[in-house]
Amino acid sequence: MSAFGVEELTVRYGDTIALDDITLSLPAGEVTAVVGGDGAGKSTLLAALVGLVAPSMGVVRAPDDAHLGYLPASAGSWAELTVMQNMMFTAEVFGDVEAARVEELLRRAQLWQARDRLARALSGGMRKKLGFCMAVASSPELIVLDEPSTGVDPVSRVELWRLIADAAVSGAAVVMASTYLDEAERANRVLALDHGAALLQGQPDELRSAMPGAVARVDEPRDPRLAWRYGRGYREWFPDANTPVPAEEPDLETAVIVASLARELEGGRL
Amino acid sequence: MRAMIVKEFRELRRDRRTLGMLIGMPILLLLVFGYAANFSVSDIPTAIVGPAAQQVADQVQAANSPFDVTEVLPQDDKDSATTLLVDNEVSVAIVTGVQPPEALIDGASLFSAQTAVSAIHASGLDVQIDVLFNPDLTTAWVMVPAIIGLILTFIGTVITSIGLVRERESGTLEQLAVMPIRPSSVILGKIVPYFILAALDMTAVTLLGMWLFGVPFNGNPLVFALGSALFLFVVLGLGVFISTISSTVGQAIQTAFFFLLPQILLSGMIFPLDAIPWGVRWISYLLPLTYFVEISQGVMLRGTPIDHLWIPMVVLAGMAVLVFAGAVARFRRDLGPSKHQIRKAAEAVAT
Repeated sequence: MSAFGVEELTVRYGDTIALDDITLSLPAGEVTAVVGGDGAGKSTLLAALVGLVAPSMGVVRAPDDAHLGYLPASAGSWAELTVMQNMMFTAEVFGDVEAARVEELLRRAQLWQARDRLARALSGGMRKKLGFCMAVASSPELIVLDEPSTGVDPVSRVELWRLIADAAVSGAAVVMASTYLDEAERANRVLALDHGAALLQGQPDELRSAMPGAVARVDEPRDPRLAWRYGRGYREWFPDANTPVPAEEPDLETAVIVASLARELEGGRL
Repeated sequence: MRAMIVKEFRELRRDRRTLGMLIGMPILLLLVFGYAANFSVSDIPTAIVGPAAQQVADQVQAANSPFDVTEVLPQDDKDSATTLLVDNEVSVAIVTGVQPPEALIDGASLFSAQTAVSAIHASGLDVQIDVLFNPDLTTAWVMVPAIIGLILTFIGTVITSIGLVRERESGTLEQLAVMPIRPSSVILGKIVPYFILAALDMTAVTLLGMWLFGVPFNGNPLVFALGSALFLFVVLGLGVFISTISSTVGQAIQTAFFFLLPQILLSGMIFPLDAIPWGVRWISYLLPLTYFVEISQGVMLRGTPIDHLWIPMVVLAGMAVLVFAGAVARFRRDLGPSKHQIRKAAEAVAT
């Protein structure tokens, strides 16, 4: 087990189980993506990591606040402060952030020119990048990003991803929640959550190659329970790998959908 | 349209605050205006001093007058009668043993004073009237000290709660909770600016009131500052409390209104406390503004010293401790579970 992560973590809100027995390690220098639909438990997992939610059971291993960077699902910056004032506030709270570091981060995020602009006047993508810069300003050991690219335009997403990758290269453990599976594909590790439980966990390549059965594109599904719309036709999962047409090379999205279908099938819910 | 009406009722049913306002507010207003909205005082607390005190007291009580004789002090003189007025123990003091008898009237209790002057004139008795603290019975002199309290209440509850709720609404509160900054620093850092602003506002309004309306400042400014600081802690505590039970700025304003309206109507600022029947008046004594108005009018107009204002001071201090500490504890809880709680949860698993 690496320094950071969670072990057998369960979080309950009253009678609702938000997270059920999750174990996840967050190695330094790697990006871990936590994916899942709405209500899957992604934000709860990150909130438990940063100490906003107390675990009902299990252990959370995270550095203290001084070595932790967090970008909440909201903008993560103060709307009525300028870009620079937001950064300086963060620098002052963390105490060990040099002005040169602030400038370097803002230049890399292409926010230097906008440093005197109010945060509320920034575009969604710029605001997220500012939030990211604030989260990583103190060069934290663990960076926790809650859906950093949700609502961000494709160009800004690419820029944001570059910043995230840079942070990991510099030695931080990065964990980010995302609803975009194509984005998760670029992470070193992926944890897919479904209704608070771990659906899949591992490196994207491993998850794709470990997918049971095979998936093929069909015009009319043989078993509609195991098919989903894709373009004008369907993609269908064949658990016995006996496809009527040549099988497709699965991507991460397909692997996650299949894992979800397999669970439903096993549980007799299909 | 039917769908729209049904949707609106469904939303309203779940919006408890608006529902409370729709049902509670008319009842409150009906009770207040029905019982409390009364400018004419029927029982004016009165002291009678001097050698003929008992005799005059008997005459006053026998007559159908608004004077409620609460003190009969044959051994006392004009000075002690004035002290009773300074301490706000009575609103009228009649000095006997001089010819003609002298009626000292507390001009800071405006409506009691107006009623007293009218009653004396109507009686046709030869009484020398001396209105103290507000000789011309100017409304502004009485209102300005009370308005200062209202402004502090407004800043303390409405502005403070908005400032805190905005932090929650924008999601930056959880950001602060994760930063290496102590919860006490977050809370104090949020409250101190409003404390300073309210103090500046109070000074500006006091000076403006004195300059524009000629309101006197007869007492000790330090006593006034102490009373204001205690009151400010109470209303800031209310503001913090409101922020902990509101998710949006709209909700905060709505809730602050619940706290603000009774204080405006029942603190003695508009309707004299003596004119409010006890069935409603007890509410007045639960409201911090009631005590601040007593302090501010006492210090500014009557020049009341601190040793005669200890009751409102102690009540405000008690309220400050209770409300402020309770509200801050609730706000602290909103900043996420403490590390202690998390460690305990982890230990529970280990065992």
